[in-house]
Amino acid sequence: MPTFPFEIVSPEKLLFTGEVEAVVVPGMEGEFTVLKDHSPVMSVLKPGIVEIDETAAVKTQLFVRGGFADVSPNGLTILAEYAIPLAELDSARLDADVTAAEADVARAKDDESRRIATEKRDQLIELRGVLKL
Amino acid sequence: MASLKDLRNRIASVKATQKITKAMQMVAAAKLRRAQTAAEAARPYAERMEKVIASIAGGLGAGAPAPTLLRGTGYNGVCLLVVCTAERGLCGAFNSSIARLARDRATALMAEGKAVKFLCVGKKGYDILKRQFSSQIIELVELRGIRNLSFENADVIGRKIIDLFEAGEFSVATLFFSRFRSVISQIPTAQQIIPAELPEGAAAHEIVYDFEPEPAELLATLLPRNISVQVFRALLENAASEQGARMSAMDNATRNAGDMIKKQTLTYNRTRQAMITKELIEIISGAEAL
Repeated sequence: MPTFPFEIVSPEKLLFTGEVEAVVVPGMEGEFTVLKDHSPVMSVLKPGIVEIDETAAVKTQLFVRGGFADVSPNGLTILAEYAIPLAELDSARLDADVTAAEADVARAKDDESRRIATEKRDQLIELRGVLKL
Repeated sequence: MASLKDLRNRIASVKATQKITKAMQMVAAAKLRRAQTAAEAARPYAERMEKVIASIAGGLGAGAPAPTLLRGTGYNGVCLLVVCTAERGLCGAFNSSIARLARDRATALMAEGKAVKFLCVGKKGYDILKRQFSSQIIELVELRGIRNLSFENADVIGRKIIDLFEAGEFSVATLFFSRFRSVISQIPTAQQIIPAELPEGAAAHEIVYDFEPEPAELLATLLPRNISVQVFRALLENAASEQGARMSAMDNATRNAGDMIKKQTLTYNRTRQAMITKELIEIISGAEAL
């Protein structure tokens, strides 16, 4: 399969850079898979799993908590707010995130920010259910 | 003239000081390497972020209203200066040069009739600024207990800035920190973060993007995050600069102590020889008198 350049960076470091065949991105409005020559998209990410297929056999899964994906003709760049390999994610970590998200909901001053915060909390709770942690 | 014992004590004390400065220099060198890698690792994110925001803002067109974080509120009477310094001293002119830059800017702004407020990150800058502007300092954020700066620390500060902005406390925010260029060169820098300054010419874009969600909503989530990212970058640059400044300051101190020891050893030996000569003369002249 043809490959394209892909990068995922968090504020702390560059997590992955290289040629890949496909990447599954947890977009705000639904998951999507990016292959070579995908049309340019900019999308906000929801908390979820980014699956990187370097080849059909070599796959990496990363947990991201919010962020941003930029699909351009030069490849895909993900700016993750927070990202770690899925294997390092444990229930304590995720529970802390849910608690933080709940605090955000409580803190929200207007309807718009409350809606965003609630959405994020629900996504985290859903993810926790899916991963069965 | 000082007695031999005094001189000996003084030399011993300078030697002890030299040992301390030498140790501090070595610790700073080790920390510097870590801080420098952290600062370099954070650069790609901040750069990409700027590019992405510039291209969305460029694609927004003239018709849609840009968020206030991007274009400002139109009123710029109140300025917030976010001054990032270190928590500790003994690092040469590092803290004072950042504080001086902020103070000069504040005085200039006040001369224009604008109100100035401060948000201090790091105790040393606060100590310097409170002498002159104690009533204008809104808050002091201390990062004392933190060993490894993480994005969360910067996010807390970023959120504070945005909360203040939304409460209408100020309309222009400038970040003061020290850019790390090399071990011997750190440049105190002022960077405007609200309204966001975008790299020139980056806005011109040919690609037609699909946006998910709408560009305006995208910007609304990205811009606040960008503030935290810029703060994070400033803090990391600062951490590297601080260690660099401390390293060269302590290197100087060690060398100075060495010079001092040399000079005092010379005086000590001279005095010692003079005493011996004097005793000899006394004995000889005593013997001759017989």
